Amino acid sequence: MNNMTTQKIKNDGDYSTIADLKQNAHKKEDIVPTTTSTLNLLCDVDTLRTLIKEDKVRIIDVRKKEDYLKDHIPTSVSLPLSDLLADDSPESIVKISNNLGISDNTPVVVYDDTFGALASRVAWSLKFIGHKNVSLLEVTYSSWKNLGLEVEEKSNNFVKSSHSIDIDYSIYADAVYVEDAQYDKSKVIIDSRERLNFLTEHIPNSKNIPYTMIRSEDSILRKPAELKRFMENRGIDFNSEIITYCGSVGTLSGLVFFALKTAGVPNVKLYPKSFKEWKSLGKPKTEFKDATYWDLSAE
Amino acid sequence: MIVLVSPAVDSDVLSSSKKKNLNPDENWGIVEESEYFANKVKLFRQDQLDADEFRRFRLQNGTYGSRLNSDFSMIRIKVPGGDISPEQMEKIANLAESFSIGSAHVSTRQNIQLHWVQLEDVSEVHRGLAECGLTSREACGNTIRNVMCSHFAGVCSNEPFDTTIYAKAIAKFFLRNPICQNLPRKFKFNFACCSEHGYVRIADVGLVPTIQDGLRGFRIYLGGGLGAASFIGHLLEEFTPESRLLSTSMATIRVYDRLGNRENPARNRMRYLVNEMGWKKFQAVLLKERDIVEATTSIPTKNSFDNVLNIGNNIANSLSTISAKKILPLINTDNIQTPYERWLNTNVIAQKQLGYYSVSITLGAGDITSNQLRVLAECIREFSEEQKARTTPQQNFFIRYVQSDLIPKLFTKLSSIGLGNPGANTIVSPVGCSGTTSCNLAITNSHRLAKEIQSKFLELNFDKDSDLCTSTIKISGCPNSCGQHEVATIGFYGGATRIGNSMAPIYTMLFAGSTGETGDLGKIVMRVPAKRVIDVVLKIIESYREEKNGNDTLHEWIHKISIGKGDGKIKTLEDIKKILVPVIKLPSFAENPDSYKDYGTDSNFVAKTARGECAA
Ligand code: SF4
Repeated sequence: MNNMTTQKIKNDGDYSTIADLKQNAHKKEDIVPTTTSTLNLLCDVDTLRTLIKEDKVRIIDVRKKEDYLKDHIPTSVSLPLSDLLADDSPESIVKISNNLGISDNTPVVVYDDTFGALASRVAWSLKFIGHKNVSLLEVTYSSWKNLGLEVEEKSNNFVKSSHSIDIDYSIYADAVYVEDAQYDKSKVIIDSRERLNFLTEHIPNSKNIPYTMIRSEDSILRKPAELKRFMENRGIDFNSEIITYCGSVGTLSGLVFFALKTAGVPNVKLYPKSFKEWKSLGKPKTEFKDATYWDLSAE
Repeated sequence: MIVLVSPAVDSDVLSSSKKKNLNPDENWGIVEESEYFANKVKLFRQDQLDADEFRRFRLQNGTYGSRLNSDFSMIRIKVPGGDISPEQMEKIANLAESFSIGSAHVSTRQNIQLHWVQLEDVSEVHRGLAECGLTSREACGNTIRNVMCSHFAGVCSNEPFDTTIYAKAIAKFFLRNPICQNLPRKFKFNFACCSEHGYVRIADVGLVPTIQDGLRGFRIYLGGGLGAASFIGHLLEEFTPESRLLSTSMATIRVYDRLGNRENPARNRMRYLVNEMGWKKFQAVLLKERDIVEATTSIPTKNSFDNVLNIGNNIANSLSTISAKKILPLINTDNIQTPYERWLNTNVIAQKQLGYYSVSITLGAGDITSNQLRVLAECIREFSEEQKARTTPQQNFFIRYVQSDLIPKLFTKLSSIGLGNPGANTIVSPVGCSGTTSCNLAITNSHRLAKEIQSKFLELNFDKDSDLCTSTIKISGCPNSCGQHEVATIGFYGGATRIGNSMAPIYTMLFAGSTGETGDLGKIVMRVPAKRVIDVVLKIIESYREEKNGNDTLHEWIHKISIGKGDGKIKTLEDIKKILVPVIKLPSFAENPDSYKDYGTDSNFVAKTARGECAA
């Protein structure tokens, strides 16, 4: 079953500490697939198919392992989101990347079947360890299949690579950081959960941009111009720093992270531990109890 | 055994709405208005626009402030005549998901409402609406609200002609018309299909179609309306020919605009003007005004109305000749066993067009999820030859022109997404306004109460009992009557009261209200704590079943009691009150604090309201 595509990939070994990684980072050479061009944040179907043909991309399937085993986009590797979340320290992300054969220059495209939210969380993680060329597939796996595009059944494994580590703290926020940002006028905190959850409770002073708002019928993200208009309607200053969070592990907010990037907001951070951690730390929340809005839902 | 008749008529009698699809006059939206709205919001947020001025503008564009939280809005989408296309439903589904709460809400005036939309996102909803030909313009504010039309219009066995196109022509003529941009208060037109179906006595202008000497026309009722003080409309004249429909409407609006009360917000609806002037005087002023209007209306103005009408009428003519039966037969059966038969019993009605059926989609107090809307849109495309649907004042959808052999398939598809419940338009599906779920004026959670009753009564199989089916329950969360509690068999409106040392939500119960041309307002019976409403209705039904002799339905029995003419032991409202008093008693707060709370919340009850923008 396992098809080792080893031809051009050089195995630099498995590194376990950041010190090691940094030391060895310069060693990497000739790691393919690589390309000189940087992918857009959103990778369209045609671009991906070309990249596959030219063997210039590493595709990550973040669905459950069993779904991957049934079929997947040709040449993709499997990384169920739960595997990444089991330990999402930078060291662990680097290790995972190496196991998937991703090195610094490998263009990576991530997809899921959950409207892009899980893929976003993985893509963000790669950016977090300093990977510069990662993109989200613009459609979900179901849409890919519905479009009648090619799939394959065989699992893919690639020779381990060696990814450097250059943690990008500019896209990361923790609870302490968010707490300070609440009263900082140059910072905006965005809650990415659905409206009724937001109304029920949220981080004080946060604004609600539900993940449902930023996607369109045929793409996991709306067009940049549309997203830009949404943010302008909201009076969001593109020079401010924006921090996104959601309910528990940074998936919905991961998607909103990429939506804001697509809209052209340069400075966006993700609070990956999100509201679940915030609550467990006993931090203050804003609740709205003056209306029984849940009773409007026909769910 | 339920027998459905297959269609024996040529399908071009169905063309009415199909062809109307192509009518450019049915585009109600203007995309530029959304940009204008977005700019106004920005100015308001930057303190460059006075709050009152902004509020007026926002309301004129169909946008209310949400309950006790001005960051959010409710957008009321007008559905003129209740007529809506599958494309429009899909668009609303997407907008609800993107900007609202993933559910939309059918109102008692055939609007569709999106709740809890961030004020800054409202312009995007407006844009989406305009893209599919809809608008929320003048859905709120002091202007002409959604023009209602009986959802049976075009399929009703008793109608002299299809009034849908008249409703739309009126809607089209007055939308964005300078004549109604700043009325003393809101203004409502309701069209009926026949004297039985329609809310004509509780509108500013209610119209019942009729034919005299071969001429089409209307019996027009003026000055009705529900609210803190309700009135039944007065008949203007025996016959108003269709050629005078526009001038009569314009004259009414001009008189109201000129003489209506602009000072006292509690008395500024036209019904107060009629009441204060006295009907005779109002009528005389109006008829005189009509002559002036007719003498001064320019030909282009009149043509703009007639053109809309002519396009529709050419198509509708073929339909009017088919009238055969005198009543709309429910496909009733004594042998209700399967869920399908149960649904068929209450939700499917034979049309006057032989072999075609209309199907009610039962919602819970008007709520429908985006996914359900999408499936419903598919159902319309797949099963309705009309390729459209109607919203109903009972807060449901109505799909028409379905052939008998397709009905089982339609049911299967509806059931797959939770839309296959029986009991639409019966006592099982109470009407409930938004109440505390979103309305600033609400005192109680009328919305949830309606849903609670629905699930309880479905469980009790009340829809299977034809004696109960013709009764209705309607619930408002305050005296303002958006839930139309005054025209229900059993109506309720919310309030607050102190019981012992604790506050509790309480409903005032009314008996024997009705709609249609002979419609009347309900009579107040007594006050019932929110958590006793279900028990009280059950007790009423129990008493009815004990007393019932002859063929009286629950509705007829209640009507007799309301006028003091009950045939059994219970003769008057006082008699039934005695029976209900023990049921409404609450244990002490300490014993059972829950019975002092409203539905849908764990908190102790407090009556909180904010400045009303009137969600009616
Ligand atoms: S104003 Fe009163 S009747 Fe109207 S929606 Fe609000 S609570 Fe219901």
